[in-house]
Amino acid sequence: MRRHKPYLAAVAGALVLAAAACGADDSSSTAGSAGGSAAQTITYWASNQGTSLENDKEVLKPELDRFTKETGIKVNLEVVPWADLLNRILAATTSGKGPDVVNIGNTWSASLQATGAFVPWDDALLKSLGGKERFLGPSLAATGAPGQPPTAVPIYGMTYGLFYNKKMFKEAGIDKPPATWDELIADGKKLTKDGKWGLAVEGASVSENAHHAFIFGQQHGADLFDASGKPHFDSDQEVAAIKQYLDLMAAHKIVNPSNAEYANGTEAVQDFVSGKAGMLMWQSIATQLKQAGWTEDDYGLAPIPLPDPSQGGKQVNAMVAGINLAVFKTAANKDGALKFAQFMTSKQTQQNLNKAYGSLPTVTDAYDDPAFESETIKTFQQILSTTAAPLPQVAQESQFETLVGNAMNQLFADAASGKPVTEEAVKAKLTEANQQMGG
Amino acid sequence: MNPAVPAPDSTTVPATSRPATSRPATSRPGAGRRPASPGGPPPPVGRRRGIAGRVPARLRRVALPYLLILPAVLLELLVHLVPMLIGIGMSFLKLTQFFLRNWSAAPFAGLDNYSVAVDFDGAVGRSLLHSFLVTVAFTVLTVGLSWLFGICGAVLMQGSFRGRAVLRALFLVPYALPVYAGVITWSFLLQRDSGLVNHVLVDQLHLFGERPFWLIGSNSFVSIIVVCVWRSWPFAFLVLMAGLQNIPADLYEAAAIDGAGWGRRLRAVTLPMLRPINQVLVLVLFLWTFNDFNTPYVLFGKSAPHEADLISIHIYQSSFVTWNFGSGSAMSVLLLLFLLLVTAVYLVATSRRRSDA
Repeated sequence: MRRHKPYLAAVAGALVLAAAACGADDSSSTAGSAGGSAAQTITYWASNQGTSLENDKEVLKPELDRFTKETGIKVNLEVVPWADLLNRILAATTSGKGPDVVNIGNTWSASLQATGAFVPWDDALLKSLGGKERFLGPSLAATGAPGQPPTAVPIYGMTYGLFYNKKMFKEAGIDKPPATWDELIADGKKLTKDGKWGLAVEGASVSENAHHAFIFGQQHGADLFDASGKPHFDSDQEVAAIKQYLDLMAAHKIVNPSNAEYANGTEAVQDFVSGKAGMLMWQSIATQLKQAGWTEDDYGLAPIPLPDPSQGGKQVNAMVAGINLAVFKTAANKDGALKFAQFMTSKQTQQNLNKAYGSLPTVTDAYDDPAFESETIKTFQQILSTTAAPLPQVAQESQFETLVGNAMNQLFADAASGKPVTEEAVKAKLTEANQQMGG
Repeated sequence: MNPAVPAPDSTTVPATSRPATSRPATSRPGAGRRPASPGGPPPPVGRRRGIAGRVPARLRRVALPYLLILPAVLLELLVHLVPMLIGIGMSFLKLTQFFLRNWSAAPFAGLDNYSVAVDFDGAVGRSLLHSFLVTVAFTVLTVGLSWLFGICGAVLMQGSFRGRAVLRALFLVPYALPVYAGVITWSFLLQRDSGLVNHVLVDQLHLFGERPFWLIGSNSFVSIIVVCVWRSWPFAFLVLMAGLQNIPADLYEAAAIDGAGWGRRLRAVTLPMLRPINQVLVLVLFLWTFNDFNTPYVLFGKSAPHEADLISIHIYQSSFVTWNFGSGSAMSVLLLLFLLLVTAVYLVATSRRRSDA
């Protein structure tokens, strides 16, 4: 019988262990190959920043070669897809056997910090990277719980902005990007015709939904966690925030209902670059735009509209997104790993890699390259430094993303099939998510 | 390949036990020869005498078969039982991300994880119950339809005709295809805007005014059943086909002479003769389907639609994604108990009926 034994599958607990064991096997084999020359090799799990895993390998290879040339340390690179990355890190944490260095999404910082898996970057260690002052403030704010040494160092800075298709805007007679939500909805309605839509969203993507739940929540003045760390997902402000986001599809009908089944994090971008949707609220999509042959004549980037200041709420229109680099406490070659972190935050590497990915360097001295003078980068930089807020840096952050993101998946499904999205419906889902956080 | 037919079973039992009884016959000449041939290799002789001295020959005789299967038993323990026990142990811990690196530091939770899971007034218990009921409905429909398709296919393929081998091979394709390849193709077919299913149903046949969703909302329940039936009916077909080949042709001849038509022969000969096969087949299909993780995971991703929230994915969500491994383990143990109960009841019920008949 080729299928797994039913009772084995029944015990997901066993699966956890099995996954942990697999993780251990994987890493010990790579570590084993490194074992002969422990000082000469490190294992690096990179996250998927480019258009594909292959694309990432191509981008990273010249840099890693340079590192090997400079230090004599060879890097075993593995690009891990986003869907697996957190599980792989958890498995490595559980088993105590993993890579030396790993990329993490910066929203996971506090959650992973709580596991104690990573080397904390205290002042002495940060000094080896040029000190705290060298890093951008907002990026450094998303590296773990406040008051504790960062659990990881930022390497790629990102944030949310509103991409718009200049050609479609012109055809619809719109001469500038929307500055308020009313304008965005009006523009969206003008763009929505002939099978084209105003805005694209990734309606079944848990993380995209959770990020927007946070950004919209900030605009309504909602706090997801109170000062003692207790979750409050179903506050009136958060309900209003999520309803506002869902209403872009449900009430204003400027989002294609099909977007409710977009789950893998690429389809909304695809709709935008193929001209099926005129606007997109997203992080950097430089590699995708480049692949589609778009230049800044074809698209523009504006900040996501801010709320009317008179209505309360916070003047926030983006989250501090980005990628951090963490060193496992169990690293077989910790010295090599720390050297690698030094290399990844060095001026040259920061410039090369952030240029390739269209993200923002996280160290101030890297900005003297003219490549970071483009309109897009300048706009992102402006957003990140003025109106972006980091997601709550609490240990339960990843649970928030999962539970609220999931609830929004269901709500988008309702909206897409024409069911009314009422405040009660939103509240019920959020209350349930809140209760699942447990005590 | 003729499993579950009682006759071969009863002949194989003495066949396997024979080596154990005949073993002394082969070892006795050796023992008898020992004093007669001093030229034989001395060390084994000495050792053999030592063991023989301590362990009575009778015990040796009895122990040998157990010794032979010992490696298999140890591996079985290691591969199946130990992880299971660890999973059960985890279900009594408050195992969250804070204790991942050192499980032994996780506080003992007693029955807390269980009481949360079965508290159907709370959010966790309510969603678990919902997921359980969805899974029961899904399993009953999937197993029923898979069996129905399997028996239809097998009966129709019983007579020989041109192209039978090709058709049989074709029918087995979904079973032979890697799960991921098959199911990801379905997920493309079922997409709302660009999927083939909607193209046929809406653009060609004009059955719906508005393009329906298949991967989200209430239709997702239909989708997961269709995909699972597609995946599992070839197995039913394969097993039933093998079973049909074991039915002696003279039974059909006798029935035909008695004037039984096609339907009567199916009811009076084919189905009763397939009963032992069906007993195993339905149980296996039930367990596989109830626990199926791959199909919903590939079709819907990490977060299944509410209407198709199968229990394996639900437990995965509760443990891996929300980082609460104790709670997930407790749910798994409950699931294991339920499946054990169903299996036991099923086996007792069907076996009694068989012995009655």
